[in-house]
Amino acid sequence: MRIEDLPIEAEPVPGAVPAWHAVVPAGQLRDLCSRVKEKGGRLVALWGSDETDRGEGYALHVALVIRSGLVCFTVPLAHDHPRYPGVADIFPAADRMQRATYDLLGMHARGNPDHRKWLRHGAWPAGVFPLRKGYDPGAVHSRVEDRYPFVRVEGEGVHEIPVGPVHAGTIEPGHFRFSIVGEFILRLEERLGYTHKGVEKLAETMTLAEGARLAGRVSGDSTVAYAWAYAQAVESVTGTEPPAPAVWLRAILLELERIHNHLGDLGYLGNDVALAFGFFQFWRLKEQVLRLNQELFGHRYLMDVIVPGGVARDMPLAGIEKLLDLASHLEREVATLRGIYDEHAGAQDRFIGAGRVAPSLAAELGLTGLAGRASGLAWDLRVEYPVPPYDGLEVRMATHRNSDVAARVSVRFDEVLESLRLIRALLRALPAGDLVVPLGGARPGSFGVGWVEGWRGEVLIGLHVGEQNRIRRMHPHDPSWQNWPILERAVIGNIVPDFPLINKSFNLSYSGQDL
Amino acid sequence: MYQLLKQIVKTGIVTERPPAPDEALRVARQRLDEEILRIFGRSLAIRHVDAGSCNGCELEIHATNSPYYNLEGLGIRFVASPRHADLLLVTGPVSRHMEVALKRTYEATPDPKLVVALGDCGCTGGIFGESYASCGRVANVIPVDVAVPGCPPAPLAIMQGILTAISAPVSAPRVR
Ligand code: SF4
Repeated sequence: MRIEDLPIEAEPVPGAVPAWHAVVPAGQLRDLCSRVKEKGGRLVALWGSDETDRGEGYALHVALVIRSGLVCFTVPLAHDHPRYPGVADIFPAADRMQRATYDLLGMHARGNPDHRKWLRHGAWPAGVFPLRKGYDPGAVHSRVEDRYPFVRVEGEGVHEIPVGPVHAGTIEPGHFRFSIVGEFILRLEERLGYTHKGVEKLAETMTLAEGARLAGRVSGDSTVAYAWAYAQAVESVTGTEPPAPAVWLRAILLELERIHNHLGDLGYLGNDVALAFGFFQFWRLKEQVLRLNQELFGHRYLMDVIVPGGVARDMPLAGIEKLLDLASHLEREVATLRGIYDEHAGAQDRFIGAGRVAPSLAAELGLTGLAGRASGLAWDLRVEYPVPPYDGLEVRMATHRNSDVAARVSVRFDEVLESLRLIRALLRALPAGDLVVPLGGARPGSFGVGWVEGWRGEVLIGLHVGEQNRIRRMHPHDPSWQNWPILERAVIGNIVPDFPLINKSFNLSYSGQDL
Repeated sequence: MYQLLKQIVKTGIVTERPPAPDEALRVARQRLDEEILRIFGRSLAIRHVDAGSCNGCELEIHATNSPYYNLEGLGIRFVASPRHADLLLVTGPVSRHMEVALKRTYEATPDPKLVVALGDCGCTGGIFGESYASCGRVANVIPVDVAVPGCPPAPLAIMQGILTAISAPVSAPRVR
């Protein structure tokens, strides 16, 4: 579906991302969503904003993907009792986003079958909405009782295992409620939100320039993807064009981030099937990437290197040689290790068939990112909507149809190798010149967007500008919003001891969705 | 199997020397007497608690187990339950949603116990500070012995923090 096929007046959003914006009445929202869904489009993000300080009501923002690119609807809502027709029956991924929007802004999704809270636990009471404009960000409430009605599975021999929020390993906090019979998982219910630390409210106290550091800390493992998406959004609203050398470096950084995360996960996937050899080998390689990151860019995870307007630091000249050497070294080592993983009967026995998300279910529920590609959804922003410098690189997408842990392992291997190829190609064509340009002024009330294929999937930043180049509202969207609910489906019928393995094969962000 | 063994031999041992303790990281007077420290000695069980981090600090905790640092080689290992732990390694600003869980984890850890707060967020609340959703630094919620700054702190800094916590003070401790 192209933008012309939608019965709306949409304005192109300036900047690198192919995006359109339209104000649509609440009555039209469901029809538009259904049309997009029918033509194979997807929901990327849904968030709200409070416009009452401007004499208006509230607004719902929905970002969808169609063939032309990203289309963002803004739906104006009433001042009193803001409500809108929910879209979770059309896009199941909307369910938790709608519930979160209620917890933070008090905007009610009509017809949403699930009315339970999502991001609110015991830190603030019902009826208090922290993202409303009149809310004091320094407010502290006395703790309220945190009751959450989990769905109960009943029947002979069914029992529950509650896990978390403090887990057994070094991972982020969340609660998992397993209903099992014997060793088999009948149902998993997640409860997230534990790391909610007020990111979006905090953003509203910052200038556009200051927001970059915060965006880079929404989910630390994806700091490059967030920083780039944020920079795109700011460049979009300020009419700034980042210089070519900066854009080339950004892509190198993004691929380095993809590589180190995939290496780390491949190591842990080995570890989780008692192949400690894999952990040590891959974490040795990962450490080599991190050390070179530190040497060339001043930070092991590349935090704060990308800034709105360009990049904050140049790579030393010797960097090209060193990155090329690393690329050859990794290529050899990863190929050897892949051979070992492929032939290791014990590992393959655990990988194959575990945690399947059939392609049809993945498409229906909106699985995204690398997990989506492992379930046959050929979707990668670097291929579908390549922004410079990806437009000249012909990125080869890794996909698989088997949809299990083995498929996600395979996609990671392919993507590491492809990222190495991309880094080589980028280094060969690295342009010279300025690395950062000053930001222009942004018109208050304007809207910008950033959209980047991070290692886990697509990261989106929705940005609404306030007075004097300040952030009025910033919504960072992690692909984990889409994939967490599908993990619940992936584990059904598997045995409990395979949960850590399946979970790791997705490796979703808690912080990125808890905000 | 041949490939696997060949890779092990080819890789050799990459582990580097551990860092020395650093008194500047200590925020509370050493609470354990020397006798207990001698017993903890070089066999320490750590329970990690993410109390609300951005997950950047977790990446570096994982890295301490990589063969370059090999924390386990020092007899220091991560355990699955606070009941088994001598030391809590806490990351993040403490989100208000994690406040109760962190306190309970602290209470579930048998005495004598140590707490190391990790990262700029753990030390001061970092960029997230204190708000309706964040309690700020770890010391606002449970007693902290050693605080390791950095965003995130590098593996050597984390190891140094842990080693500082389990060593007797060599000079007058700094109390913040
Ligand atoms: S110190 Fe930095 S890396 Fe660690 S949790 Fe805070 S923001 Fe993330």
